[in-house]
Amino acid sequence: MELTEDEEKSLNGEHGEALQIAYRILSATGEATDAEKLVPIHWAHVSGVNYNTIGDAGEEFLATLSKSAKFKVRTTVNPMGYDKDSVEKFGLDENFIQKQESIKKSYKKMGVTPSFSCIPYEVYDMPQEGTQVAFAETNAAIYANSIGKLKTNKESAFSALASAITGKSPYSDLRKDDSPTMSIAMKVSEPNELTFGLLGYFAGKVADKSVAISGVKNLDKRCSKSLCASMGTSGTCGKFVLDDNSDVSEKVDFDEKEMQKVYDELNTAESGDLITLGSPQLGLEEMNDLASMLKGRAFKKRCLIFCPRAIQEQARHLGYAGQLESAGCELMSDCCTCLTPLVTKKDVDSVTTNSIKGAYYLKNSNGLDVNLKPLSEIVRDETS
Amino acid sequence: MTLKTIVRGKVTGKVVKSNQPINFLGSVDKKTGAITDQKHDLFGKKIAGSILVFPNGIGSSVGAYTIYSLKSNNSAPAAMACQKVDLTVASGCALANIPLFILSPDEYASMKDGDDVSLG
Repeated sequence: MELTEDEEKSLNGEHGEALQIAYRILSATGEATDAEKLVPIHWAHVSGVNYNTIGDAGEEFLATLSKSAKFKVRTTVNPMGYDKDSVEKFGLDENFIQKQESIKKSYKKMGVTPSFSCIPYEVYDMPQEGTQVAFAETNAAIYANSIGKLKTNKESAFSALASAITGKSPYSDLRKDDSPTMSIAMKVSEPNELTFGLLGYFAGKVADKSVAISGVKNLDKRCSKSLCASMGTSGTCGKFVLDDNSDVSEKVDFDEKEMQKVYDELNTAESGDLITLGSPQLGLEEMNDLASMLKGRAFKKRCLIFCPRAIQEQARHLGYAGQLESAGCELMSDCCTCLTPLVTKKDVDSVTTNSIKGAYYLKNSNGLDVNLKPLSEIVRDETS
Repeated sequence: MTLKTIVRGKVTGKVVKSNQPINFLGSVDKKTGAITDQKHDLFGKKIAGSILVFPNGIGSSVGAYTIYSLKSNNSAPAAMACQKVDLTVASGCALANIPLFILSPDEYASMKDGDDVSLG
């Protein structure tokens, strides 16, 4: 990868340690993806905020980095471990809270917009089509490319952080050529958001960087978020296009049989002790919709709902938050189902959710069994 | 020998090889370096000190922090070698200073679990 004279100086440490680290990361990712140069990006979204995932090494790294690093472009951040308003209900130890607060402080010091959300595309206005951004959170990167028509690679926590500090990213992969190399024919009829989650998980496993999906006319918000999140979990694919006439040579079917295989891999329980909704976090439209579905009903079990703080505030003004709470839901902001330290084996054995991404991490990171159901069935079976 | 060097370094060690991609966040214990995903073909194996050979990284962007944490906890592989390198593995190895190589298809196929190899 060709660097300008100034970029070369930064890589050699002439502009300080933070920039040197950032350019070291961008050089490696640029080499790995055969980039010729760096290009400016206009928005970075970083992951690596939850102490549960980045641990002591991550916390210490960010504390050191924040002494000299400053974000050059608008930078939003992923969810952290808890919602300060309800953290005392969950029995997290002092060390966790102290370390999480330190991480928050480091990001603030570097100049972050404190969004603590995995759905920046529903919290902020999206820039013009074709704008180069650097989104780490996988569901957000896939959503930005596929629905928002922005340009980002499926960034890592460090590559997005390096882009936030430098305002640049290697010009390669999806930034350069995002044409699909495979087409998947959706053969399952009457799909819901769980079906699209299963499709996404399958697509992530078989597709390379970009995939065409045929046989899907429309995707509502819930289904598209589910598809983006599960696709990001199982593979390296960073973009999909709905296209019935794609001329790629490699074509595969996603039928009932393939769907069942993915379901059997991820569904490990007949029912859950607790319900979690929101991985990705719920947006305003989904909160409104859920409030309508729950009219006159109440959950028989504990139900945690994860949403961005900005959206919880709007939902409160509009009355949805109150309606959801009347139906027994607990609203949580700044955190998410995925990689949550709040749902553990100490309290429950199994969780019911409609999120494939949530299921993967609840099982692999939290060690819990998961009961997967679409939202309509969760409401039917778990409320009265 | 190798097709491309992403993070430089000279290493000698024993190959731990997987034919499945790795999601570092969901399936590797950042303290011990043990593979915790029961469905993974490296389940139960430790990757610390090894030359970890695998097709590519997948999944969470935060896996880069897992790679960095492994290094800080002295549980990281001595080097990694892949068929193709994704941004999570490239950036994690760059920050943690773990030598990282892209292998040619022949070289990838010829490396066997337990082999002693030198790279870099």
